[in-house]
Amino acid sequence: MSKSAKAIVLLALAAAFPGAACASEKVGLGRPALSEEIKAWDIDVRPDGQGLPEGKGSVSDGEALFQTKCSICHGEFGEGAGRWPVLAGGKDSLTSDRPEKTIGSFWPYASTVYDYIHRAMPFGEAQSLNPDEVYALTAYLMNLNDLVPSDFVLSRENFPKDLPNEKNFYDDDRETTEKAFWRTDPCMSNCKAKVEVTGHAAILDVTPDDQKDNKDEKPSAGVE
Amino acid sequence: MSDVQAFSRRRVLNLGLAGAGAAALAPTLASAQTPDPLIVERQEWTQYLGDGVNAKPYGVPSKFEKDVVRREVEWLTASRQSSVSFTPLHALDGVITPNGLCFVRHHGGEAEIDPAKHRFMINGMVDKPLVFTMEDVKRMPGRVNRVYFLECAANSGMEWRGSQLNGCQFTHGMIHNVVYTGVPLKAFLNEAGVSAKGKWVLAEGADASAMTRSIPLEKAMDDCLVAWAMNGEALRPEQGYPLRLVVPGWEGNMWIKWLRRVEVGDQPWAQREETSKYTDLLADGRSRQHTFLMDAKSVVTNPSPQAPLTSKGPNVLSGAAWSGRGAIKRVDVSMDGGRNWRTARIEGPTFPRAMARFYVDFDWNGQELLLQSRAMDDSGYVQPTKNELRKFRGTNSIYHNNGIQTWLVRPDGSAENVEVG
Repeated sequence: MSKSAKAIVLLALAAAFPGAACASEKVGLGRPALSEEIKAWDIDVRPDGQGLPEGKGSVSDGEALFQTKCSICHGEFGEGAGRWPVLAGGKDSLTSDRPEKTIGSFWPYASTVYDYIHRAMPFGEAQSLNPDEVYALTAYLMNLNDLVPSDFVLSRENFPKDLPNEKNFYDDDRETTEKAFWRTDPCMSNCKAKVEVTGHAAILDVTPDDQKDNKDEKPSAGVE
Repeated sequence: MSDVQAFSRRRVLNLGLAGAGAAALAPTLASAQTPDPLIVERQEWTQYLGDGVNAKPYGVPSKFEKDVVRREVEWLTASRQSSVSFTPLHALDGVITPNGLCFVRHHGGEAEIDPAKHRFMINGMVDKPLVFTMEDVKRMPGRVNRVYFLECAANSGMEWRGSQLNGCQFTHGMIHNVVYTGVPLKAFLNEAGVSAKGKWVLAEGADASAMTRSIPLEKAMDDCLVAWAMNGEALRPEQGYPLRLVVPGWEGNMWIKWLRRVEVGDQPWAQREETSKYTDLLADGRSRQHTFLMDAKSVVTNPSPQAPLTSKGPNVLSGAAWSGRGAIKRVDVSMDGGRNWRTARIEGPTFPRAMARFYVDFDWNGQELLLQSRAMDDSGYVQPTKNELRKFRGTNSIYHNNGIQTWLVRPDGSAENVEVG
């Protein structure tokens, strides 16, 4: 192909695919987000306190609010009604047969309490609480878990960095601790002397039988 | 009659398989004594016209498949809006899950969003925070189609303490596998310009739980997708219509539905779904966090408690396998509780981080079977037994149970979820 013929082909390609030039160039789609828009949606709070708004709330204000807006599901003292989540108690239960994982016994950071209440609670009426109310509810829940005294007033300035169980979390280490699961030749024959059945789902009988009958009751390990 | 036997009979009846159960041991007829009326008599569907071509503008399955549906287990959760339903794995084949049967996990119910009113924001440690409309999203260059499994971190979580639910729909059905159409998340992050200090992103949904998860920037820039279609059509509302995040190989909770925002930061946010939930409590009272990957796993879907054997002689064992670490390389099947194994036949496409289908054609003489399957992926990981997992983790970690499942198949063909030692 002559040089001029090549040039004609390139020109034709450019016409057929305008703008299909360099991959690293910006496409120019979307438009700048305004600060009011970012403020409306970016409500997350980090363990170091980034994202906490101005405001404050006392344990006693939190208690009053909790009884009005929360206790119907979570109980007056965060003990949980029915299968609704337990928010307080469970201290020293994490190695027991039935651990009770609450804010006080399990959660690593108080920031998560503030963030999640503001983000998603009350269940069915999310993002209806103002900063002072969320501070007050967080203070009350910390008091129920024996983390602050009953005259405590929580604010951005005295917001705690971590809770007692924070030290007991560590990053996924499966590739080292469970290294044994990577193996080249799994056993194929005569792998064990004998096999015996040690448990039956049928004896427990908690599986829903059909479409109309999903209510078999056997509270056990839930997924929430 | 023992309780267990009584249960088995009732189970078969309750599952609407009375005919199949009663005929469990009927040998396959090699010859007929009388002519089959279904052949020698003219049937109505042969004589009369069926529906016209557009009687169902959006087609639905045959009425004879009415039992192939998602189901729930009400005692698992306190509310229907923060709960889970299960994919009917026992009734499916191949590798693609039909959209209407993909299991559902909500935390604030199913948001119904007009795509014209949906906005997608990139903010945080970027040069220029941006807002995209759905139209903008679909105009982004670099569109891809990818097949991935999405498995809930809690899939099989009710089985940590022993056999509990009787059917692979319930023990393994928090999974689906579809083709996603979308654009790499990287394209949007590049458009906004990620700061050199950026290490993590926070993805957030627009639903009433405003679901959030922290994701390492490396993963976000690698293979995460912002997707608007599954199996060739728009996402179903229950799967995040109009936009969801796809996080290949990682736990389903991170696949934020109704995706409205991605924020760049320099550390994880420790949100509720990565502290209180989706952390794995071990026997010593300490907990693993950021257990993102779903390890290699498999299950025999047929036969299984909801799909008993109905005839002696030739039978087809079928199952599904998947791994968050890569592609499924091999699946072994045992019929004697793990004493002896044979390698199954993998049939169909085996994409990385996608579901694979396996089969073993076998002859059943009516003896009791203890069926197991064991997946291996291309990282060299071999699916462990439940007892091997418990040795490392105890029984209270809720999530990430990828232990080998055992089905006891009895001489009458019925099957049950059991544990073996």
